[in-house]
Amino acid sequence: MTDEPLLRVSALSKFYGSRVGCDNVSFDLWPGEVLAVVGESGSGKTTLLNCLSTRLLPSSGTASYRMRDGQFRELYRMSEAERRFLMRTDWGFVHQNPADGLRMTVSAGANVGERLMAVGDRHYGKIRATAVDWLSRVEIDEDRIDDEPRAFSGGMRQRLQIARNLVTGPRLVFMDEPTGGLDVSVQARLLDLLRGLVTDLGLAAIVVTHDLAVARLLSQRMMVMKDGRVVESGLTDRVLDDPRAPYTQLLVSSILQV
Amino acid sequence: MTDIATYNFAYLDEQTKRMIRRAILKGIAIPGYQVPFASREMPMPYGWGTGGVQVTASIIGPDDVLKVIDQGADDTTNAVSIRAFFKKVANIAVTTDTASATIIQTRHRIPEHPLTAGQVLVYQVPIPEPLRFLEPRETETRKMHALEEYGLMHVKLYEDIAKHGRIATTYAYPVKVEGRYVMDPSPTPKFDNPKMHRSPALQLFGAGREKRIYAVPPFTDVVSLDFEDHPFEVQTFDQPCALCAAENVYLDEVILDDHGGHMFVCSDTDHCEKRRNAPTSPLWGGRAEGAGGGLDQSTPHSTPTPALRADPPRKGEGKEIQ
Repeated sequence: MTDEPLLRVSALSKFYGSRVGCDNVSFDLWPGEVLAVVGESGSGKTTLLNCLSTRLLPSSGTASYRMRDGQFRELYRMSEAERRFLMRTDWGFVHQNPADGLRMTVSAGANVGERLMAVGDRHYGKIRATAVDWLSRVEIDEDRIDDEPRAFSGGMRQRLQIARNLVTGPRLVFMDEPTGGLDVSVQARLLDLLRGLVTDLGLAAIVVTHDLAVARLLSQRMMVMKDGRVVESGLTDRVLDDPRAPYTQLLVSSILQV
Repeated sequence: MTDIATYNFAYLDEQTKRMIRRAILKGIAIPGYQVPFASREMPMPYGWGTGGVQVTASIIGPDDVLKVIDQGADDTTNAVSIRAFFKKVANIAVTTDTASATIIQTRHRIPEHPLTAGQVLVYQVPIPEPLRFLEPRETETRKMHALEEYGLMHVKLYEDIAKHGRIATTYAYPVKVEGRYVMDPSPTPKFDNPKMHRSPALQLFGAGREKRIYAVPPFTDVVSLDFEDHPFEVQTFDQPCALCAAENVYLDEVILDDHGGHMFVCSDTDHCEKRRNAPTSPLWGGRAEGAGGGLDQSTPHSTPTPALRADPPRKGEGKEIQ
């Protein structure tokens, strides 16, 4: 662990014409830290995530990432080739809908192996062994390795997507509603798995979710967004147990008690 | 022969030929890169070689000798028609002899006879983009070529091994040209891939419907993609050609009757006929020496069965030859 952040975001804004996507967002993310971004739909969470993962270019502001050599590089000044390389080696992106993040027409093994082949791995046996290892880590049976993700359940697809992203040992993973659309028992197992992986691998992650329980389980720190602005941020337990901004109080008190 | 004056030389107008030549030159300068060009309507349907015909029309001169093959055969409809077309619109000499041709337009084969410097091989290409069936978006595939992101190509080969235990792609087998661009060699059998590597002949590829031209200049590295533990290998055949007894050539299966009768014969008809007519042919009791490139002559194969020898059915038999 170093005392330098992994990602420095300063005054990031994205406007869609006159509409605000996200406005003046600044934060630092440290290695191994999980940051949750919560808020209702339309609050700019996903816009922020897409800007940070360079899938969108922001209207203004900067974000710099500490590369493996220790140098900070400004994301929006990198060439497209460098950004795409970063995206498939040092970063991961877990989509809400696994079909967006998986190749649905190739086997599970090839889905996991694709990133390895993209960075130049040319040994079938080794690629396959790595794929088997990762499938077992995300609790997918080895005999499903040659099945297409189309034949998988929603929860399995999401776990496969996670394996596909983590196979190159990334340092930063972006997750957009990783448990969205899954039933609660599957959600619980997935969260358990994610929490284990994040701790074991020392991943830093930015998790966008509207589910405060997910934020509570996964993250150490959270940011609450409304209308594109950050209304409150702090340690997850503090924000959830002692919400200060009126909107956060509303959000926390809106949780259904069973 | 109709009046040549009714056509511009080689059918296309001069401006079009200049445009295509520019695309060809660019393709030669960047081996394996697909150059877009303004493909013209040709007097034949797409899929019948409109790209190859436009390339041939742009490079052909009055002194050229043209050979056209279709799956290795000189006597099938496509080959005969394109040969007749250029005879009519350019009044050039045509041949079926690989060695004496200066331009060979081909659909899905490379002749068995080794090509030499100065010869041009023009391929007809249906789908020039090797990544197309893996990534349907053209904007994305162009970016992948630009950024040399070819991991996806290996995903396809991985899938082959996972499903079939070996790389099951047998034609249109992807190659890397001069260590940079991944290229579709057109649907030639992978048997022909090694012939492309450092070939002394110029190889041009035209895709008319897809409007792309690409090229492999002479003596360029063309390497078939593979895995370290599953190296590239070409097809092998258990038996020699039933007509000329050639080995280490690409064979076609020919159905003889409705009772399961079949035989394997050379796909390259010119090569096969030359071997059969040569006085040293094994069919005449001699040994075929130097009749084909790279043939192992140390163990001449037994002659075909008497039934086949008595009346060997020819490939393309019964077809009207103009």
